[in-house]
Amino acid sequence: MNRLGRISTTLVAVYYAYMVEYRAELLFWVLSGSLPIILMGIWMQASQTGQFALSAVEFARYFLAAFIVRQFTVVWVIWEFEREVVEGKLSFRLLQPLDPIWHHFASHFAERFARLPFAIGLIGLFFLLYPQAFWLPSLGDLFLFLLVVNLAFALRFLMQYTLSMFAFWLERASALEQFWFLFYLFLSGLIAPLEVFPPLVRQIALWTPFPYLIHFPASVLVGLPVNLPQGLLVMGIWSLVLFFIYRWLWRKGLQQYSGMGA
Amino acid sequence: MAAIVAAGLSKIYPVAVKEPGLRGTIQHFLQRTYRQVKAVQDVSFEIQPGEVVGFLGANGAGKTTTLKMLTGLIHPSAGRVNVAGYVPFQRKPGFLKTITLIMGQKQQLLWDLPALDSLRINAAVYGLSDREFHDRVDELTEMLALQGKLTQPVRKLSLGERMKAELLAALLHQPQVLFLDEPTLGLDVNAQVSVREFLRQYNQRYGATILLTSHYMADITALCDRVLVIHAGQLIYDGSLDGLVDRFAPCREVRVELAHPYPPDKLAFYGDVEAVDGQVVRFLVPQEDLTRQVATILADLEVIDLAVTEPPIEEVIGRVLKAGVVA
Repeated sequence: MNRLGRISTTLVAVYYAYMVEYRAELLFWVLSGSLPIILMGIWMQASQTGQFALSAVEFARYFLAAFIVRQFTVVWVIWEFEREVVEGKLSFRLLQPLDPIWHHFASHFAERFARLPFAIGLIGLFFLLYPQAFWLPSLGDLFLFLLVVNLAFALRFLMQYTLSMFAFWLERASALEQFWFLFYLFLSGLIAPLEVFPPLVRQIALWTPFPYLIHFPASVLVGLPVNLPQGLLVMGIWSLVLFFIYRWLWRKGLQQYSGMGA
Repeated sequence: MAAIVAAGLSKIYPVAVKEPGLRGTIQHFLQRTYRQVKAVQDVSFEIQPGEVVGFLGANGAGKTTTLKMLTGLIHPSAGRVNVAGYVPFQRKPGFLKTITLIMGQKQQLLWDLPALDSLRINAAVYGLSDREFHDRVDELTEMLALQGKLTQPVRKLSLGERMKAELLAALLHQPQVLFLDEPTLGLDVNAQVSVREFLRQYNQRYGATILLTSHYMADITALCDRVLVIHAGQLIYDGSLDGLVDRFAPCREVRVELAHPYPPDKLAFYGDVEAVDGQVVRFLVPQEDLTRQVATILADLEVIDLAVTEPPIEEVIGRVLKAGVVA
């Protein structure tokens, strides 16, 4: 196995062990991502009284898919990175011949597997309570979903990691994420599917990275129509842009780093 | 070629200044003012491969800042630094594989997992083969007497065991240059002795260069022939440990056992009274007055026993650091 392969498998295996140390905590993390399930109820109720682009069952499937996508794409790296900078713990990472981003990426990636059983349990429970919404995506859609949701995770991670870089200057970079989250909440399709947005807002939103974090993969999973080439292109462009900004901020930030407390 | 070269090394930090009280808080929020702190000023020294050097200074003297510059964690404001042929701040893989930094008050091991898991990450990151990994872990485990401890979660280890496990993690890649910042901090005497003994062995076995800061003088006296003393960001001494005593405390300790106690004011006449313990008195006497003072003591007082020794190194260093005695 080459060096990169060995580092990846070791990091993922060790961080998986680390994540499953906190079983109870994991269950609560999974439950904390159930906002789409709550919104599902609201939208299903609304669909029975008004004219919307989606039926009640389509809303149910969409929000369940949004819940699944959230489980795959939840990211908290900014809080970890900020603490490492403020407490000087980044120093240990900087002393090793491996970019610190890989530790964070591996721990997030490993956590997906740790939370998977809990998420599957919840999905099963959902279909038990609401069997009308049950559907099986085609094999093609499922593979496409796995590809797109992984890209969405990478984009979300890169987005938050880029904001994390401001910890070198601001020390409380998580405040930026809180502000940024507002846009994420509305434009990603977490609160409402893009199908119910006014057409102009929807057109603009589709050029931002946000809809590709939830709406795009969720739509692929439930079989709603999506513009696949445009989606992949926008995701690719934003990933590249964020990557270059992150690298630039990283280089500048290291010159600013004082290794506080260590 | 020297293992470590620092030439005119300086570091200046901007530090925000805040007045106390509500007014100060509002002012701090609206218009922040900064003060430039000179943490390290024009520090120069060279350390040869295989040397073990003590780095002494009071809290805030600039020791840790210097170590951070030498390990490439922070960028120097001025000056030149070279470690094992590399410019530290560039953090080239070759450099990172050559050095290590051990901080007594910080830990790199994952708290909730056995140390062995963190060691596996280090082995992969430093590109060690499985064979090398096992051989080195076995060897270091034996040197550190850590048998059976590496499979326990780190949080279940005692402070001493944790420090030893940290040492193991930091040395798994067999670095040639070791920077140690208070490696025995908070350890009991036995653990201090075993860490010290391990460092001596490591230095002898691998010919590693060690730069060590410690507040425990026993660490310094046991391991270092040479010391650097930093005060208020400036290097005030670079030389042998014995030379430090001669330079900053050119005096001798005269221990006298008297036939009966004398009043303190009478004793003060014969020299600087360090301690009185019943009939045993310890004087600190300047070297040039030694013969005359000893003769006077023997003539004036009823003496049972008298011995002349060098003052304890802890005392000398303590005086140097406290007063910031500049040559």
